[in-house]
Amino acid sequence: MTEPAIRATDLVREFKKGPRAVDGIDLRVEPGEVYGFLGPNGAGKSTTVHMLTTLLPPTSGSAQVAGHDVLKEGAEVRAAIGAALQEAALDPFLTGREHMKLQTALHGMRGHEARKRSDELLARVGLTQAADRRVGGYSGGMKRRLDLALALVHRPRILFLDEPTTGLDPQSRTALWDEVGRLAADRGVTVFLTTQYLEEADVLADRVGIIHRGRIVAEGTPEALKADIGRPSVEAIPAEREDLPRMKDVLARFGESVTGSPKGASVRLSGGDAQLAEVVRALDAEDIRVEHLQLHAPTLDDVFLSKTGRSLEGQAEEPREPAEAVVA
Amino acid sequence: MLARRSVVRTLRQPMMVVPSLLFPLIFLSINSSGLDSATRLPGFPTDSYFDFALAISFVQGALFSANSAGTNVASDIESGFLNRLSLTPLRRVALMMGQLAGILALGLIQAVTFLVVGAVFGSGIEAGVAGALVIVAMSLTISLAFGCIGAFVALRSGSGEAVQGVFPLFFAALFLSSLSLPRDLIETDWFRTVATYNPVSYMLEGIRSLVITGWDGEAIALGFACAGGVALIALTAASSALRTRMVRT
Repeated sequence: MTEPAIRATDLVREFKKGPRAVDGIDLRVEPGEVYGFLGPNGAGKSTTVHMLTTLLPPTSGSAQVAGHDVLKEGAEVRAAIGAALQEAALDPFLTGREHMKLQTALHGMRGHEARKRSDELLARVGLTQAADRRVGGYSGGMKRRLDLALALVHRPRILFLDEPTTGLDPQSRTALWDEVGRLAADRGVTVFLTTQYLEEADVLADRVGIIHRGRIVAEGTPEALKADIGRPSVEAIPAEREDLPRMKDVLARFGESVTGSPKGASVRLSGGDAQLAEVVRALDAEDIRVEHLQLHAPTLDDVFLSKTGRSLEGQAEEPREPAEAVVA
Repeated sequence: MLARRSVVRTLRQPMMVVPSLLFPLIFLSINSSGLDSATRLPGFPTDSYFDFALAISFVQGALFSANSAGTNVASDIESGFLNRLSLTPLRRVALMMGQLAGILALGLIQAVTFLVVGAVFGSGIEAGVAGALVIVAMSLTISLAFGCIGAFVALRSGSGEAVQGVFPLFFAALFLSSLSLPRDLIETDWFRTVATYNPVSYMLEGIRSLVITGWDGEAIALGFACAGGVALIALTAASSALRTRMVRT
């Protein structure tokens, strides 16, 4: 069995004022894998990343990254990883090229090697033309791309991306997904990606770990996790608004209610998609005209809901993880 | 490279540089015309209040260095840039020295500006060209001292607002010194006592002696000792705060 790129055993992080931000996490990420860490705000994603990237010591438990212990061999871990954390972490008074110059110098590159690497990465993330402009004038997408380029300067074997597309427009998000996919597929880089976006985990990740209140509540490939739920859901919107209560009563006969459009009713079909015809007949029998009817395959949100009793999508913001790294 | 970055980002912020030059010069202009009659007090060391007050500009400028350094460090913490630096092989000592380079660059611009303004308005440096160089060295040491205090506040608090909040305290320390009068001419006992124990007084007097008196070894030594002592304490405190802030394993 190959040595994992990332391994965590019963990882815990406590802060002085608050519950355990990370409450006993076990992780194993194989080399070359894209691992998606999915959960709402305050679930413990960023705290986990900070521990795995040596920026925060665990309260208890252990972790090895690239074969090195995060507590005892921090320098070796840092040499093997790149990280684009939750903030874009850029100096608005420096240009993109000056950032690359600084980063290459800090990683011991000089002269021609540094210039070549800078030019290569700037081209790869599409920032060659903007390279000599100050970062303060960059868009959010451009900052994120520069952030990714800086994380790749020293050719890390493992890349940590902490909510890399939060706040980006769809086009920028897709561009970043493409680059992450290329990194993993073409260069065999292991990617540990945290996100609160279902689609991002679904599209990018080979395996997903769903985290809730500091614990992993489900783990597996997106397909396997969804298949575990098994049953599809049906969403119906009545043509007449006043029919909604009756529609909800009819649909309730076919399964438990799930989150859907506020204009309609959604249930998970206890008998699978074969029940769809029965649903239509039942609505017709009650003389309820339907404006919209759709069958949905299970989503990762359904997985999250089944494990936690709450939906990930549209969840109210939970208190963010404490900003101060204060050891308990 | 970090030193270069520190210098570049400081000089690219006009709102950091211009007030640190203008405010002390405005203060100098107002005081030297408004308080000129103080030179008639028996025992006043010079008949030009402008010469007496010129030293204040160097120390005031240094207070702005505290603000600049602290604000830049706080900005690095708040933006996550410090985390980025933590993930590189960079040693903490190098990071601290890099941050201080910006303070020294600003301090040098201030010192040269105030010397030139002094010369333009007829203030001869009694200690000559060599004395002017010593003034620059002392001014840089004072800038370093206050800059390290600003960096310490930023590293402890992680907040630019905290740095701004501490700034008025520096001005209180400046006013409770031999800012406006020589210590032996301060009539109010408690004020004279505070000024005597205030290291800012000796920083002012060190520079002032080079402008007015010439080579007063005791005043120069005390000036460097106080500036250097505050710098050393503040640098030690800032380094300790950096160790806590950069908690990488």
